[in-house]
Parts: sequence; structure tokens; C-alpha cells
Amino acid sequence: MDVALLGGAMTSFGSRDGWVRDLASEAALACLDDAKIAPADIDHLYVSNMASGEFEGQTGVMNALAHDIGAVPAYAQRVGQTSASGGAGLYAAWQSVASGASEMTLLVGVEKMTHLSTADAGDIIASLTHSVEYSHGVTLPSFAGLTARAYLDRFDVPRESLAHVAVKNHANACKNPDAQFHKAVDVETVLSSPVVADPLRLYDYCPITDGSAALVFCPASLAREYTDEFVTVAGIGGATDTHVVHERADPTWMGAVADSARQTFEMAGCAPEEVDVAELHDMVTVLEVLQLEAFGFADRGEGWRLAVEGTTALDGDLPVNTSGGLKARGHPLGATGVAQAVEIYRQLLGNAGDRQVEAERGLTCNVGGFGNCVTSALFEVDT
Amino acid sequence: MTDETRAERLFAHRCPNGHLTYPAHPLCPTCDEAQVETVDLTDERGVVLTWTRVEATPPGVRQPNTLALVEFEVGTETVRILAGTTADVQTGDEVSPVYVEQLRDPEQSVRAGTGQEWDGFRFEPVQ
Repeated sequence: MDVALLGGAMTSFGSRDGWVRDLASEAALACLDDAKIAPADIDHLYVSNMASGEFEGQTGVMNALAHDIGAVPAYAQRVGQTSASGGAGLYAAWQSVASGASEMTLLVGVEKMTHLSTADAGDIIASLTHSVEYSHGVTLPSFAGLTARAYLDRFDVPRESLAHVAVKNHANACKNPDAQFHKAVDVETVLSSPVVADPLRLYDYCPITDGSAALVFCPASLAREYTDEFVTVAGIGGATDTHVVHERADPTWMGAVADSARQTFEMAGCAPEEVDVAELHDMVTVLEVLQLEAFGFADRGEGWRLAVEGTTALDGDLPVNTSGGLKARGHPLGATGVAQAVEIYRQLLGNAGDRQVEAERGLTCNVGGFGNCVTSALFEVDT
Repeated sequence: MTDETRAERLFAHRCPNGHLTYPAHPLCPTCDEAQVETVDLTDERGVVLTWTRVEATPPGVRQPNTLALVEFEVGTETVRILAGTTADVQTGDEVSPVYVEQLRDPEQSVRAGTGQEWDGFRFEPVQ
């Protein structure tokens, strides 16, 4: 069954006063309004969230949201896949409709993080790691430092090329009213910011963020009764890599991204060259580069050139992270994968404002851990 | 062998087909056979493949915290371990394991009071 996106919305991202329930309700109600459906129409409700229990002592967020927005007695389920919970939610919501189990599914991704210090939030996130790595004080940013050094050394890549990813994504976020940062940065600013995990610096990394994003899924046949123009899920995929990050044969290759990409392109019956716009998981600059290579948008060791040469800029051949990405739109863990798809939904329907690009087919890639769990999805506009 | 002496050795784990991993797994990730042997790496030397000096560290973790990805050769197989180092290292350096009783402060960790082990091995540059 062809699955359509009937609506999409998100809260502004950043440091927000509301808690996880408030943020989720805000995005959910805006999304139902966009889809022009009522809470009682919802058969299935999925809530993508990494760690609301650890962050604010609130578990059971799927039931809380069902009650708060008047969706009871809809079937409700929390979807957890660490920082790829949003992408996993896309997969679950797509499955619910594609299988015929649900005619109308609401997916809400949400996370509230900024009330904690960066160090405390970092330890909660690092709790996804294996005990033999955790004991050494690893953080997700530390894996990025190890990987970036290996990548720069192995392929003789200039360090400043990674800064171009941050510069591009900050520039894009300036045109996104929902983004956390509306501040342009230059290469010099990135390269002179404080070291986080050498050779990477503060401006190579995404911030800690509060926010929520939501989408409504239904059969394409039903979507036609509501609207003339809508977005469909053309392909979707998901895969895992090793839990112990150091056990991977090649630290510069994102195997789960490549596996997920292959499934996604196979289902959609298209090739990387046919993608018009992409939202990739730039938790750190080097990850955008490695995903470009794993998706086949660039050869091994060449992905860094795309930001430097402007290929991935708003006016380039393949605009990447038009929203500002995790880097500058912000990264509220469980919300991110849903927000990526909201950006593609808006781009494909021509509702992306000052950052609008010409696109009929858009891709999302959401990464959990340091490439541990990955989902990707390809969306097309149906007119 | 007592548990105490076992804790002070650094073991890799091997299946009947010779694949090595650190840490152990219920089944070999490469061939799904049970891992039946250990290989003692405590007195071996490994080579630094990549490293990072982390300035932003979690509560109870030393700052800065230099981490290195190290590869050991065992016959024709290799095995990799990620751990902290006792001093600055460079890619390609030879290092050897050194036992540390407490790698980070358990009381400041989200895993306080759990099955997490807090001792282990860091890497020391070979002079």
C-alpha cells in the first residue's frame, strides 16, 4: 500500500520552557491542524523519544500524549532507537499504515534536554555505549574526534573542509524560523572555537535542544480525499552496525547507513543521482561527509569536497540540510528524525520559505549512537 | 584463578574459526560460533590507529581525557580496543596495557550502583 504524509508540523527548536508533554502536544496539535483531521481520527499514535525518563523523570509519554490531545483510545507506542528514535518512528508509522493496521497514524518526536548541563546530558546520551567503552569516559563527541582524525589522515583531507559543513548549515538555519540558531558563522570562527574532541571543535557539533515535530501518515488513496497534492513514502530502510564502536573494521565507513540506503533506494526504484534534496544526520560535521559517501553521493574519501565546492549548498546540485541540520536547527534527540522528514515534506510541497529549493524527491537519514542504528527514507511529491 | 587476578589481565576472545574480539560476545559476531578461548594481551604491544584528546568530559571523568583506538596483532588475526591513554600518543605509536583500579568516579555516573565495571586497562606509550 502506498503511504502518504497528510500533515506535518514542528515546534520551534531551542531552549524551551515547556516539558516533554507540553512540547509533544504543541507539535501534535499543529500537525493535526495541518492535516485537517481531528484527534478522534487517529488509529495509531507513535511517540519517538530517547530518554524522557532519564532527562525529566517522565516515562509513558505515548499514553500521556494520547490523553493530552484527546486521542484516547488510539493504540499508542513509544519508539526508542536512541538518537535515531525519530527515524525509527517514521519506520513504525509507515509500517502501521502499509500493513493495513492503521488508517490514520500520528507520529510525534520529542525531547527536552536543555535543563541539564551539557556534561550531564552527555552522560545520559553516552549510556547507550557498551560498558567496556563507557568505563573510559567515552561520549558520542569523542567517537567523532577519533573518526575525524582517521578520515583526515587516511584520505589526506584538509581540516578546514569540515568547517564548511558548519558554515553551510548555519547559513541555512538563518532562513528557518524554527531553527535553534539564527547566526551565520565563517570558517575562521569554527576553527578557532574551543576544542571538544581534538581535532574537532565546538562549532563542529550540534547543540543540546528542546523541541518536537510531528507527521500524519495515511494510505495515499485516503490522502486524495483530503488534498490534491501530497507527499508519499517512496522508500524506507533501516539497519544496525556494531554496538561496540571500536569493533568496526573501518572507522571511516558508516556501514549501517550504506545498508539502510540500499534498502531505501531499492524500494523506491531509484538511484542517488535522482535525489533532489537531503536531510542528513550532522550531529557533527564529519558525519554529514561520511553519510554523503555511504549514500553514494560521493566516492570514498571525496565527500568533504561537496560542502567546499558548494554542491550541497541551497543553490547547489544536491542541497543538504536546508533546515540547518542538527548542527543549527538543533538536535532534540527523539524529535530529530521526524523534523528531518517535516523539512522534506515542506520542501516537496513548496512551503520552505526563503530556503525553498526545487525538489520532487527528498531523502532523510537519522543516525542513532555513532552509526549504531540507522533509518533512511525517500519521499516523493504526488500531484 | 581468583576473580581478582582475572580482573587484572586483558583478554581478547576467540571462536573456533580464529576470529578475535574485545570484549567477549555470546556468539562470534563474524561467524556466530561460540567463543571458546581467551588470548591474554596484558603483556603485548599494540599500535595506535587513531586518537583524540577530549576536553569536554562527563561528570567524574578526567579532563582532558585522551582516548586511543589500538590494534593488536595475534598471529594472522587482529583485535582492536578503545581505551584511555596514560600520556600523549600519536597515530602509529606502540603502546602497552596498564591496569587502572578506577577509570572514572562511579558516584558521578548515570551507571552508579549498576553492573558497570570501573577498573580496566589504559594504554601506556612504549619507550
